[in-house]
Amino acid sequence: MTATTFAPDDTLDISQTPRTPMSRLVRVELRKMWDTRAGLWLLIAIGAITALVLLIQIWVGAAQDLHLTFHSFLTSMSIPMGILLPVLGIMSVTSEWGQRTALVTFTLEPHRSRTIMAKLACSVLLATGAVVLGLLLGLLGNLLFAAVNGGAPVWGVPVTEVLGFFLLQLLGLLTGFTFGMVLINTAAAIVLYFVYSFVLPGLFEWGAQTIGWFHDARPWFDFNFAQAPLADASMTGKDWAHLAVGGLIWLVVPLAVGLRRVLRAEVK
Amino acid sequence: MIKLEGVTKSYGGFTAVDDVSFTAQPGRVTGFLGPNGAGKSTSMRIMVGLTHPDRGSATIGGHKYVDIPNPGRHVGVLLDASAQHAGRTGREVLAVTALTMGLPDSRVDEMLELVGLTETESKRRVRNYSLGMRQRLGIASAFMADPSVLILDEPANGLDPAGIHWMRGLLRSYAERGGTVLLSSHLLHEVEMIADDMVLIGRGRIVAQGTKAELLQTQGTFVRAEHPQKLAAALAEAGITAAASGDGLRTESEPVEVGRAAAAAGVVLAELRPAEGAGLEELFLQLTADDAREDINQGALS
Repeated sequence: MTATTFAPDDTLDISQTPRTPMSRLVRVELRKMWDTRAGLWLLIAIGAITALVLLIQIWVGAAQDLHLTFHSFLTSMSIPMGILLPVLGIMSVTSEWGQRTALVTFTLEPHRSRTIMAKLACSVLLATGAVVLGLLLGLLGNLLFAAVNGGAPVWGVPVTEVLGFFLLQLLGLLTGFTFGMVLINTAAAIVLYFVYSFVLPGLFEWGAQTIGWFHDARPWFDFNFAQAPLADASMTGKDWAHLAVGGLIWLVVPLAVGLRRVLRAEVK
Repeated sequence: MIKLEGVTKSYGGFTAVDDVSFTAQPGRVTGFLGPNGAGKSTSMRIMVGLTHPDRGSATIGGHKYVDIPNPGRHVGVLLDASAQHAGRTGREVLAVTALTMGLPDSRVDEMLELVGLTETESKRRVRNYSLGMRQRLGIASAFMADPSVLILDEPANGLDPAGIHWMRGLLRSYAERGGTVLLSSHLLHEVEMIADDMVLIGRGRIVAQGTKAELLQTQGTFVRAEHPQKLAAALAEAGITAAASGDGLRTESEPVEVGRAAAAAGVVLAELRPAEGAGLEELFLQLTADDAREDINQGALS
């Protein structure tokens, strides 16, 4: 313990203290994603399940003599990642409240919006990491499949498709993040997310098939539906418009509501 | 250094903190004393900007907490020792704190040593910590940047007597270096042991404040006699008003006057002493007893 003495005057000299830089807040949030057992295992699970899906695909592909390409591997990997990354987004927000660490977090950084920004930046970094991991695993899978099946690996994936893959994962993570911000409760946010991504599309599909105007309006408010063209890089101008409107409804507006709530909420 | 002026906070119809004003001075340990639910924690949350007061202001060293850059460097805060992620190890909790404040990792080891958590204990997850260990961890976080102000909510809660003794020494030497300490407690003897100044709060209002010496000042006399009725009569004869207190009497007069009156009437005394601190203790008991639950208990007994 340093034995410094403090100035006896009644004011605090804060002129020499710089505010916490954003980069450091992002580093803190990144660290908090894997330094608990729950967080670490979620990250491991994302990697492991994705790799497992890949192995099954190679095995089935080899057994049935299918024509598998780099593209096929990327497509199938986006499914487990699409399910698990949003959970990561949810937990990055809700664990602060469930575990009451928000009390400490918001005491060390009283400008709460900066912490939320850091968490958002963290989500973008993780989505990037997931895409890089996905590309690496896809590359390995494609080489492995070629080796097992005999024959040259088929590559030929356009950059737009890789970008689409990235955007898909990012939107998934952000959707989870948003649901977490709105509900501030891990279990409720995960349930809502699964309803949103598995139950809602079915309902919308049924609506689209039975009601005429619903069919026409669907791409505008069904965010899952609007994301579909991203996966095969077939986005047209109208598709982007659909995506933007869906994003406004499912991401921007709820995020604003959630942010307002988190900024104002009394932390106990 | 810590200054509250007319701070008021209501929840619906319930006023948790009602026009609270006090200061905590540098170089002194200020005890914030009151029964549970008196408004101590709400006041402390208001000081660090986690709760917004309806009226009034709270400043630390002349600044609103929210305006202090990297506030952990200046103000060490422990509001709830249990508000930690149960899945993090103690060491990791401190490492995250150090990283947020921009301090080297070596500080973590120094703080672990300061609060007496061993290497093995620091590697255990917080879910396996006792309340006392969590308090030590929270105190380590608060001391991390060697801030000049400490705000600690019930830091002695869960510590064993040796732990309380240790904390007393820690906070004493910290205040001697010129640091400002505000600590809350619902136990009078805890605050009596550690604090220089005291602020008493009950039902959201400040009911007494001053230095410990002032508040614990001798106020009158406690006297107990072999035959209480004879003593009461003797005191009445001498013009000394007395009230029953336990199995004895309490008066505002000096012990020597009480002794003189008893001697004149030939009353045998069993006990005669200055009623030290009784004023504060009675005030505190009264605050605690105002709690509805106490009334219910007494009702059930009678």
